Amino acid sequence: MNNKYFIGFLAIVLCLLPLIGVQGYPLHIVITILIWSFAYTGWSIMGRFGLVSLGHGAFMAMGGYITALLWNYLGMSPWIGIPIALIITGLLALIVAYPCFKFRIVGHYFALVTLALSEVVRQVIIATRDYTGGSLGYTPEPHGEGWSIYAIQFPDDRIVFLYIAVFTWLIGIIVWRMVDGSMSRYALEAISEDEDASSAVGVQVTREKLKITILSAVMTAFAGALYCQYQMFISPDTIGGVGISLQIVFAVVVGGIYSSLGPTVGAIITLFLAEILRVSIGTATVNLTENLTINAAGFPLFIYGIMLIGFIIFLPKGIVGGLSDLLSKKDGQSLDIKSSKAK
Amino acid sequence: MLTVKNLTKVFGGFTAVSSVDFSVEKGEILGLIGPNGSGKSTIFNMLSGVHFPTTGSINFNNQELSGLFPHVICNMGIGRTFQIPRPFKRLSILENAALAGYFGNNQKISKSKAWSHAEEALELVGLKDIANDDVATLGAAGLKKLELAKALATKPNLLLADESLGGLDHSEMEQAAQMLKNIRDELDITIIWVEHIMGVLMKVVDRVMVLDSGQKIAEGSPIEITQNKKVIEVYLGSDADEISEAAKGKG
Repeated sequence: MNNKYFIGFLAIVLCLLPLIGVQGYPLHIVITILIWSFAYTGWSIMGRFGLVSLGHGAFMAMGGYITALLWNYLGMSPWIGIPIALIITGLLALIVAYPCFKFRIVGHYFALVTLALSEVVRQVIIATRDYTGGSLGYTPEPHGEGWSIYAIQFPDDRIVFLYIAVFTWLIGIIVWRMVDGSMSRYALEAISEDEDASSAVGVQVTREKLKITILSAVMTAFAGALYCQYQMFISPDTIGGVGISLQIVFAVVVGGIYSSLGPTVGAIITLFLAEILRVSIGTATVNLTENLTINAAGFPLFIYGIMLIGFIIFLPKGIVGGLSDLLSKKDGQSLDIKSSKAK
Repeated sequence: MLTVKNLTKVFGGFTAVSSVDFSVEKGEILGLIGPNGSGKSTIFNMLSGVHFPTTGSINFNNQELSGLFPHVICNMGIGRTFQIPRPFKRLSILENAALAGYFGNNQKISKSKAWSHAEEALELVGLKDIANDDVATLGAAGLKKLELAKALATKPNLLLADESLGGLDHSEMEQAAQMLKNIRDELDITIIWVEHIMGVLMKVVDRVMVLDSGQKIAEGSPIEITQNKKVIEVYLGSDADEISEAAKGKG
């Protein structure tokens, strides 16, 4: 299920969807899933090494907001604005992560530091509401009528964005596989077990962790920028904050943290779950991440929480990991760590 | 090859190592012995960069080591093992060694070269046949061997071996001691060896340094050391005669 032919085939099928008449709402769902998959893949390349960040909502919001602000205030095309947003996000990741890694803030403590980062960025967006629209959200100004390649705006036409999203998703999977096949992967696995023993065999612990963290943050920021260009609307709660950070973790754990397609499956499940809950409970729960306060609309989060606990206990490798274990078991192979490594 | 001068380490108010001088010549096996808490491990940790010396200098091939990080020191050609083996359990035996082979050589070698270093190292310690197994399948002796293989895969000039015999039975001990000797003879790797099992150590080392309460109390050939009154008093005790016989039996 994880092999490259299957993934290539999947990409081609996705590109052909409009030709077989898929458009409108179903196509919108596909694009949304692909963009979120990329963000989730970005998180999983560091999360799988025990670097559990609850700050990726911050990176995603940075990607979206910086791109939109540069466009609206400086008229800077997203072609330049997105790279700038990615660089700034990468720098933020460096500034936050470097002291953490230098002073051995790991595990729960690292999760807490990054959790704070999520909230800090959200609060900054809300506090600067005169510029960012605060919690009401923000819209990049349309560049004239219809299409604009200069502004990367394609209103009323989802096909272009489908291709962009498929391409981005494919890049995400390729990055995942490159990390998986690199020597850094072994270093990071070793670091997650024993930092001292890793440095004793020559691994530059802080540098390896920083590399993967910055890559992960930049990927997530790109997903934020893409989301902004596609939806033409962002708000602190739809692409940032603690809610989105938790949603990212949830989706990857459910889909499978050790498989290249795990984050994608996670995106499909979370999105359908959100849509089903929205339809069955009502429109009060559209923004499933807005509901950290206790109210009736908090129900989806409640469901998420229950599911997350269930998955961590019964299916720690997620749906994709669990399925491939099951398949290799049927083939009569032993069910051990290696089966999750087999790609 | 290695010259240590006035090496001192103070933890809080406790002086773990106090003004120790010693040097190691290329191709030598130096035994480092002493009672528990005498500062052997602290010296190892300073040599490998885990702790920075409070004062003193460590000169390795004309380069100053004090203040350098462990990964830098590893890449300069000093490999170490840990007293209690610290394998990476999420990696296979071969992957453990390959990791050391790649990062221990400054990431300047190709990946395939790193894997071949790893295979060589595993062959030397006798783990090649089970290279693709999980670390969890290894017993005490196997883990000690893997610890050695990880250090060897980094292609060291100087090997710091910390209690390579602990937890092994008699024949395994003899085998491990022979292995260290082979490493020196065939690979031309200089070794500093911390050990508590005197009978085996004395048969292999060229020179012995004795520590007590952070200070060097004696240094000399195995025979000299086993007859040194002070060493007998603080460390060897009633076993001295037996160990002395072992030392004489060498070569």
